[in-house]
Amino acid sequence: MKIGVYVCECGINISATVNVPEVVERIKTLPNVESSRYSKYICSDSGQELIRKDIRELNLDRVVVASCSPRMHEPTFRGVVEEEGMNPYCLEMVNIREHVSWVHSDKERATEKAIKLISGAVARAQFLEPLERKEVSVIPKSLVIGGGIAGIQAALEIAIDGFQVYLVDRNPSIGGRMAQLDKTFPTLDCSACILAPKMVDAARHPNIELLTYSEIEKVDGYIGNFKVTVKKKPRYVDIEKCVGCGLCAEACRLKGRVLNEFDENLSKRSAIYIPFPQAVPFVYTIDPERCNMLKFGKCGDELLCVGACEQNAINFDQKEELVELDVGTIVVATGFDNFDPSSELKYGYKENASVITGMEFERIVNAAGPTEGHLEINGKEPENVVFIQCVGSRDKEGHEYCSRVCCMYTAKQAHMVRDKYPDSKIAVYFTDVRAFGKGFEEFYNRVKDEDVEYRRRELDDPIQVVGNEGGVIVKAEGHPDIHADLVVLATGLVPRKDNKELARKLNISLSADGFLLEAHPKLRPLDTFTDGIFIAGCCQSPKDIPDTVAQASGAAVRAAAPLAQGKAQVEAITATINDDLCSGCRICEKLCAYSALEFSSDDKIMKINDVLCKGCGSCAAACPTGAIKMKHYSNKQVLAQIGGILAK
Amino acid sequence: MTATETKTEMEEFEPNIIGFLCNWCSYAGADLAGTSRIQYPPNIKIIKVMCSGRVNPMYVVNALQQGADGVLIGGCHPGDCHYQHGNLLARRRMAILKNLLEFIGIDSRRVRMTWVSAAEGRKFAEVIKEVTEEIKKIGPMKDIQRVNEW
Repeated sequence: MKIGVYVCECGINISATVNVPEVVERIKTLPNVESSRYSKYICSDSGQELIRKDIRELNLDRVVVASCSPRMHEPTFRGVVEEEGMNPYCLEMVNIREHVSWVHSDKERATEKAIKLISGAVARAQFLEPLERKEVSVIPKSLVIGGGIAGIQAALEIAIDGFQVYLVDRNPSIGGRMAQLDKTFPTLDCSACILAPKMVDAARHPNIELLTYSEIEKVDGYIGNFKVTVKKKPRYVDIEKCVGCGLCAEACRLKGRVLNEFDENLSKRSAIYIPFPQAVPFVYTIDPERCNMLKFGKCGDELLCVGACEQNAINFDQKEELVELDVGTIVVATGFDNFDPSSELKYGYKENASVITGMEFERIVNAAGPTEGHLEINGKEPENVVFIQCVGSRDKEGHEYCSRVCCMYTAKQAHMVRDKYPDSKIAVYFTDVRAFGKGFEEFYNRVKDEDVEYRRRELDDPIQVVGNEGGVIVKAEGHPDIHADLVVLATGLVPRKDNKELARKLNISLSADGFLLEAHPKLRPLDTFTDGIFIAGCCQSPKDIPDTVAQASGAAVRAAAPLAQGKAQVEAITATINDDLCSGCRICEKLCAYSALEFSSDDKIMKINDVLCKGCGSCAAACPTGAIKMKHYSNKQVLAQIGGILAK
Repeated sequence: MTATETKTEMEEFEPNIIGFLCNWCSYAGADLAGTSRIQYPPNIKIIKVMCSGRVNPMYVVNALQQGADGVLIGGCHPGDCHYQHGNLLARRRMAILKNLLEFIGIDSRRVRMTWVSAAEGRKFAEVIKEVTEEIKKIGPMKDIQRVNEW
């Protein structure tokens, strides 16, 4: 057995804390170590060549690389050894950066720890076995979850590449949050005008199948072969028959009595409704929470909507339907929730009608909104308007991150007030204006020049919005009070409240802020740790529309690649059963979450289905006879590593 | 031995701790502690497994036999396990193992199970500090020894 050990200095990232030459010298003395070297950057061309040359010239059997986390560069180094004809599973990595040099400052102890960890890896390496990665065929279809701008963009890109896409949205229409916006910064394009054509494109594209008013119920399988159960909620309207004429909504007994969530509850609709005029699909849906018929089993003497519908499209017998989709890859584009400022009493939101959120402002100024675009608060046009930034963002107690869009949407909204009411007084309480995107700083300067007063305050300086006759008084430390008749809170973007549930269904992770976690913040921002599942848009972190669209296109490329290849490699780490040792006790059977272990009544022993096996090893840890062996994490390998680390 | 001497000896004792961390949550949490440069004592030596459910109680006993003074097993939070419930199996196994350890005269506090998610770099560092302090108090493991032979 010949083992080569390569220790990385990572510039000074490792070598500032770990005495790398000493590590290399000490490791040389271990049994089976044929070569022990170090390099400034093992991942660089010259570093990789060091390994390649040794494999060729010294005929190495195993390679140990001590550098950064295997989550970072294991694929890189597996590739390096593979190029020299070595099996990629004969590589062992030791994490002496994230787990040593970056978390310890005592050089002597850090060096000692690095030596121990590498000793463990060398001991383990001698028992590593070559493994074959399984290749699976890929179903040439993709699923996009969420039909906002991110989901629409991703679906269109994949469809244009020539693959079938299912686009699932829980709402009656696709369009998402962007559909609610009035104008978009910094170009002041009308949001609906740039979004609606894309919505129509998505609906019309022959490769895209829309599943609106549908939710993801369950996700099984793995890259190339996901089995997704989608719950289609009943609309109680036949979408084949409905022509969107709206006679039903006119007739509805509850017309004008049901809060319209698309308008942020600022207007009222009927119990049978279409969320907004550009909705796709353009069909009506009955709100099961409000419809008398659905709630109480009757609606007056007759069903007015049914009577009004000339198409006979209304069907109260519709039932929830479960649909199974087989797809090769998944793009998650589930977006965000708006921060609800009611919990922050200082802003007086809900207490005073003069205080509204950014999204409410969007609806109010929208020509299709509750006031047909007239900015009227308490029945009159505002003369004194105050914007307060960073509401729900940059709060160490709550959402610590910056929501990235509020500075610019506030500037845009200030511009719109100025545009509609040239004589109004406008003030913006800000902490730092983050105008980082293309054309943002220019737009911000333009707005400042439009007689908008920017008043700086520290994030934790007290601010208070108190009720006053006909409006409110905004009291901010260090600034004169403002008697305002409209206060707009620049509310931030927060994770979807059901992100955790979604993450569990998909087997992906959340980051500390509650958004979905990417596989690497810089180098794999569109991937998750689950192969075949990608993320795009605000479900990953708050971002503006240009960034969302760019990320969605990127995620689409990532998701289409396996479909184009037609095959994907899956992990080789699975369980195996030694028939001679298996007693057929069936203890393992119930432990397996994937039903990969099956009792053979002929042989009276367990059999493993290694396509179903995901390689957790729960069965192996329980097997009383030791018949189950986990590839790459066998008892011998783990015990050798323990021994190597603890050897005196 | 005087009381002062005992105290000095205790202060010098730097325990050896083995941490079995699952690939998806706890190992990633440890990585996040690294990228966030959160400092913690170097006593912990990490062994990666795919799932905390892989940790055979025998590994824990073996680590103690090989000279570890404490063992930490880190998995995903209940409900978040990448393999659905491997972490719960680990928890149950460790609970049973602790009974056994007490029975044969080993302080069961030497073995600890924890949940650390991929987002909890700070929690990971906190847990390591706590565990290291606790094992320091319990003192070195001298009770059982075994030489692995292949």
